[in-house]
Amino acid sequence: MIHSLFLINNAGDLFLEKHWKSVVSRSVCDYFFEAREKAVEPDNVPPVIRTPHHYLINIYREKIFFVSVIQTEVPPLFVIEFLHRVAETFQDYFGECSETTIKDNMVIVYELLEEMLDNGFPLATESNILKELIRPPTILRSMVNTITGSSNVGDTLPTGQLSTIPWRRAGVKYTNNEAYFDVVEEIDAILDKSGTTVFAEIQGVIDACVKLSGMPDLTLSFMNPRLLDDVSFHPCVRYKRWESERVISFIPPDGNFQLMSYHISAQNLVAIPIYVKQNISFFETGPSGRLDITVGPKQTMGKTVECLVVTVHMPKVVLSASLNATQGTYNYDPVTKILVWDIGKLNPQKLPNLKGSLSLQSGAPKPEENPSLNIDLKIQQLAISGLKVNRLDMYGEKYKPFKGVKYVTKAGKFQVRT
Amino acid sequence: MSASSAFSDEKGGSASEPEYGHDPASGGIFSSDYKRHDDLKEMLDSNKDSLKLEAMKRIVAMIARGKNASDLFPAVVKNVACKNIEVKKLVYVYLVRYAEEQQDLALLSISTFQRGLKDPNQLIRASALRVLSSIRVTIIVPIMMLAIKEAASDMSPYVRKTAAHAIPKLHSLDPEQKDQLIEVIEKLLADKTTLVAGSVVMAFEEVCPDRIDLIHKNYRKLCNLLIDVEEWGQVVIINMLTRYARTQFLNPNINESLLEESSDKAFYASDDEEDEDKKAEVATLAKRKPYVMDPDHRLLLRNTKPLLQSRNAAVVMAVAQLYFHLAPKAEVGIIAKALVRLMRSHSEVQYVVLQNVATMTIKRRGMFEPYLKSFYIRSTDPTQIKILKLEVLTNLANETNISTILREFQTYIKSMDKDFVAASIQAIGRCATNIGEVRDTCLNGLVQLLSNRDELVVAESVVVIKKLLQMQPEQHSDIIKHMAKLIDNIQVPMARASILWLIGEYCEHVPKIAPDVLRKMAKTFNNEEDIVKLQIINLAAKLYLTNSKQTKLLTQYVLNLAKYDQNYDIRDRARFIRQLIVPTDKSGALNKYAKKLFLALKPAPILESPFKDRDHFQLGSLSHLLNAKAGGYQELPDWPESAPDPSVRNVEIPEWSKCTSRKDRKEKKVEKPFYSDSEGESGPTESADSESDTGSGSESASASDESGSGSESEESGEETESEEEEEDEEKEKKRKKRLDKTKAKKPAEESAESEQSSGTEDRKRGRKAVKNQKSASESESESESSESEDESEEEESEEESESDTDIRKKKTPVSKQPPKQSKKESKKETQEMSLLDLDDFEPAPASAPVTPVNFLSSSLVSDLEGLSLTDTILAPTTIAPSGLIKMYELLHRITGEGLAVEYCFSRQPFSPEPNMVAVQIQFTNNTNSETKNLHIEEPRMQSGMRIREFAEIDMLAAGESVTVVMGIDFCDSTQAANFQLCTHTRKFFVSIQPPVGELMTPAFLTENDFKKEQGKLMGMNEISEKLTLGEKCVNEHVIVERVTATANLSRVPCGSDKECRFAGKTVSSGCLVLVTVTTKEGGAAQLTVNCEKMVIGTMLVKDMMQALSQ
Repeated sequence: MIHSLFLINNAGDLFLEKHWKSVVSRSVCDYFFEAREKAVEPDNVPPVIRTPHHYLINIYREKIFFVSVIQTEVPPLFVIEFLHRVAETFQDYFGECSETTIKDNMVIVYELLEEMLDNGFPLATESNILKELIRPPTILRSMVNTITGSSNVGDTLPTGQLSTIPWRRAGVKYTNNEAYFDVVEEIDAILDKSGTTVFAEIQGVIDACVKLSGMPDLTLSFMNPRLLDDVSFHPCVRYKRWESERVISFIPPDGNFQLMSYHISAQNLVAIPIYVKQNISFFETGPSGRLDITVGPKQTMGKTVECLVVTVHMPKVVLSASLNATQGTYNYDPVTKILVWDIGKLNPQKLPNLKGSLSLQSGAPKPEENPSLNIDLKIQQLAISGLKVNRLDMYGEKYKPFKGVKYVTKAGKFQVRT
Repeated sequence: MSASSAFSDEKGGSASEPEYGHDPASGGIFSSDYKRHDDLKEMLDSNKDSLKLEAMKRIVAMIARGKNASDLFPAVVKNVACKNIEVKKLVYVYLVRYAEEQQDLALLSISTFQRGLKDPNQLIRASALRVLSSIRVTIIVPIMMLAIKEAASDMSPYVRKTAAHAIPKLHSLDPEQKDQLIEVIEKLLADKTTLVAGSVVMAFEEVCPDRIDLIHKNYRKLCNLLIDVEEWGQVVIINMLTRYARTQFLNPNINESLLEESSDKAFYASDDEEDEDKKAEVATLAKRKPYVMDPDHRLLLRNTKPLLQSRNAAVVMAVAQLYFHLAPKAEVGIIAKALVRLMRSHSEVQYVVLQNVATMTIKRRGMFEPYLKSFYIRSTDPTQIKILKLEVLTNLANETNISTILREFQTYIKSMDKDFVAASIQAIGRCATNIGEVRDTCLNGLVQLLSNRDELVVAESVVVIKKLLQMQPEQHSDIIKHMAKLIDNIQVPMARASILWLIGEYCEHVPKIAPDVLRKMAKTFNNEEDIVKLQIINLAAKLYLTNSKQTKLLTQYVLNLAKYDQNYDIRDRARFIRQLIVPTDKSGALNKYAKKLFLALKPAPILESPFKDRDHFQLGSLSHLLNAKAGGYQELPDWPESAPDPSVRNVEIPEWSKCTSRKDRKEKKVEKPFYSDSEGESGPTESADSESDTGSGSESASASDESGSGSESEESGEETESEEEEEDEEKEKKRKKRLDKTKAKKPAEESAESEQSSGTEDRKRGRKAVKNQKSASESESESESSESEDESEEEESEEESESDTDIRKKKTPVSKQPPKQSKKESKKETQEMSLLDLDDFEPAPASAPVTPVNFLSSSLVSDLEGLSLTDTILAPTTIAPSGLIKMYELLHRITGEGLAVEYCFSRQPFSPEPNMVAVQIQFTNNTNSETKNLHIEEPRMQSGMRIREFAEIDMLAAGESVTVVMGIDFCDSTQAANFQLCTHTRKFFVSIQPPVGELMTPAFLTENDFKKEQGKLMGMNEISEKLTLGEKCVNEHVIVERVTATANLSRVPCGSDKECRFAGKTVSSGCLVLVTVTTKEGGAAQLTVNCEKMVIGTMLVKDMMQALSQ
């Protein structure tokens, strides 16, 4: 299946290679570099590149290209999903998945890759198992290691791999037993010029941080489970109980994990928390344009909108912007042509407004298109879909865990067309 | 790469950054390159692990960077047997990387792995096999083959999984081993653990994807296990099953697809044809039987459906393609929602999903129509995603939604991304050709775009307009005129060429403008692009034919220019056209037809999706994505005309079915005494006996056992022996008493005879019972077919084989040895299942199933269901007789102030944690008031020991008793577990001390395995004692019984009747415990215990001696 993996940074330096079968020369990456050059933007590199003898399947994450080499037929999503899993594992281990952290932890990275695939077929991808095999580095441990020369390879043999609940390691013990759940919802929406919703849907995830001793068996139930008709679960969740009772019953992995994600589709009515009044125009005569944006609250369910940011990708001809913001700060980057207006908290009494003129490259024709606005926002303690967790029950263990649920709504791909 | 070049490589790097690892000192200390390697060698040769580790880390970092470190091979390989785990692991990494280049030296390490393969720890066995098989050295192929074969029958499913992984490695190293490997695959495919399933199917796909016949018997099992297999395995299995189903089942859409075709034809075909076609179709439709879906086909669809909710995009895609290729049309819709959900994922995932959605939308547009808006494009999407979304939107367009889609497209045209705008314009063109109603609207819109400032937009519009106009040129001469004016401004060659072609083609519609355009073009001919030049020549030729008066000279001029063009295509074209159109004396017959040739009516182009014919590739595959066959791609076969025999899937494994059928036979007779309340032959005395002893449940079990073996006794002696073993395991004490009596007459053959008599008596009643049984099984199978998903697959197959029983009955006695073995095997496997399949366990239920009750259910249920997966059912068949279970007192009635507590070792696997010993505790409340909140507190144990408490008992009413199960990990020691037993009022200190025999669980070995394992446990690990057997230990039965009563072991088949062998493994660490009792003349005997843990061995010997000499 997966033959080799190359990690390549944005500048085109190949800084790590790993082969699971016989060695494939790194010159195979030349095909990738060619495609990379053609694509201009890193986003536009085709995920699957065909070369005379191999296929290159790549993903782009955190400014690193993960390029895998395939020789025979394999479902491309299989490889893509796996590569993302690799990136997530790095993130899990080192806090972030960047070129520097990978270079700093080269040996651990290599050991991880060795365990994750066997002959190109995934072997251990669950973070709980991997952590039993190879302990993640911590500052303390790396200090102790340098002094004592001890290792970060687990000396106990991983039993998790043998059990039928591979996602949970055995013998977990905590003094404080706690389970936290974050319900995070993102609104994906497209609003048109007049402010009407072209399309809106909600993407929700429930992230969990479970630190419970022993083998707890948890059941999470909702006040209004009927909202959820399109869900996907972590493998620990029992499908059948969801099908029959609409409760989420599971033996959790230890630590942080994503319990489920759900999707409330465009068919349902989605509340849009803010409205945007905007007017961006470029004059036919003279190299200038005007910009006027006002943001106001719409359906916020009585909560405050925070961390409000408006981002505008300006046309190429816009040289600079001289604007006046009644609230927050704005910044125009003439190189990337991105205007960012960081508003902060939305005050319903005094609506924030950004107004002023844009100067264009002289001589260039007036831009055809109007830039669209991307909105970013955050509402604490609210799940915009109305989803509410009813209760969390624990079976199988006797202590009383500390439980908590947090709700937050964010803007996902929230776009206003102009 | 040679070593010297590696050095120079490194030299470059070392200047700028510390070269190896993250030790900042390394750069400074080892400044010279040549010394550096010497130094690494030195470090590797030292006897400090920390130095070795440091060296290995640097070497691995070199490998990771792609630097050559092969010259260190000898120094590294020396450390392969290093004690330090991390060093070892890094050495493995190095070895696997360079073994191929240094084959001879690599051989030095092989013996280490061979030793590892024999290690008692399954994880070490597995990792040894993993590394051994990763070393790509051809010489060791036979060793690898041997190791794989051995590992494939290992007890540990994890080792078997590793064996499955090793198969493709060996296959790629030496394809000649294929046949042998297929045998191993076949064996592993029959494995029943979820751990192995994914890996073996992967091996199957790589080694022998065409051997679909291997799947038959495992099909249902795979379907049923699927949901519990790890996600990567799921993908592979689903893809394989899709192909399998395509060869085995009928097309569920067979009737619809016919109708579809006919409607398609009605649309395109001319009328007369259509009539005939219809008649033919009606005939075929009538001929065809109504379609009924194969239940196995249904099973697959049903069991894959929940996986649409997997978090893994690859799994969702695999299920989606399975539904697309296999499901009836009405059911395919459910995949749309899941696929749309995937679109939120990473852009690479989106890319692949959209490619597949695009293909699906062509065939089944309706499916995605409700999700139209999910494909709307954001300005921030990467271009390749935008273009794919556009493709999907275009495919989804129909009369009802076209207006919304066009409005959407309109906004796209304003985008900054020019490639995307061009694609949008093409999309509009396609919508216009496909949907007649909006053609004019689209055309108008496109014409407006002609005045766009961006040339690319205009050019693309021109090209699209050209295609649209070709459909109905008469009505649009004004557009053509407008376009003719554009020729002055547009510079994009493709657009210019399109305009010229358009004018030439429809020059009758614009008779005045056309010659003028030609005039302009003749002027600029030399500066045009080739593609435009060709069109100029075409235009000239067409005008010459229609309007030669005005254009004759111009044409001549253009042709002359073309004659001396640099491009040979253009020169050729000019020569060719001149010959055709300009009449000369030599010109041939073609001249007459020139007009027909040039101005023939050309069919309008059909604007098709590039995804049109992609669905002949299996969706979700690499080949589909590339629209070209990738290496190793397996074609998705067409549906068969008529379904192949579905019964191939009924059979489990040939031997298995025999074994099950044997069971059935037994069961028929067994059934009777059970239902008839075990009267008759087993006698009133016995039932009275048993009642006094263990209660009716276990009694009926014993009765059924007897009659079961009775029925079997008609088979040959060898058979009887194997039967006896079973009895031994399952029999109870009082049964022995009875045997002893009969034995007084004919000690040698007693069991066979007594049972035979019971058998014959039984058989008389048996006939009636068979009928009962049959109806019972029928009702059973009905409930089965009512889609109760939980039913394990074995039950089903059992059911089917049951109906065939009568036929098989006759066949059964043909071979004696294999069924016996297979029985053992099946037991072994199922037992392991029970240890590992914890999915459905209810954690410490308040009143856990009590063994005696289980036992009752076992005879009933296991007979009905045969080899089932659930451990409660299985356990009893593998576990020593429950009648032998001794109760121990934990708390006396008096000290407990009325609360009496007893415990016993139930010998059930403790399902929440397999390495704990299950202790069954019975509370009896002898007071007059209720006791509340019974629970455990403050366990005080030796280090390492763990306890898993039973769930708190809220209330125990007066006079009641309740039984719970708790688990204790004794760490293979006989140290007592101390804890407090608390009620709502009092606390009692209690302790549980296990007899050594309870610290083990039965292990199932074949005779050969036994000998092999015994061979490994010689010397210090072997304890041998001579003893004199007690008076009652006169025959094998008694010995077996005594041994199994003392320790939780299982019997190992053995050829000699002088020897009894038993095997087990300790619960916590899984060390094997092997016991051999050899009887000699005159009651003398030798007891041998082999166990890695000497303490356990010694204690076990002591206990055994005591038990046997009584």
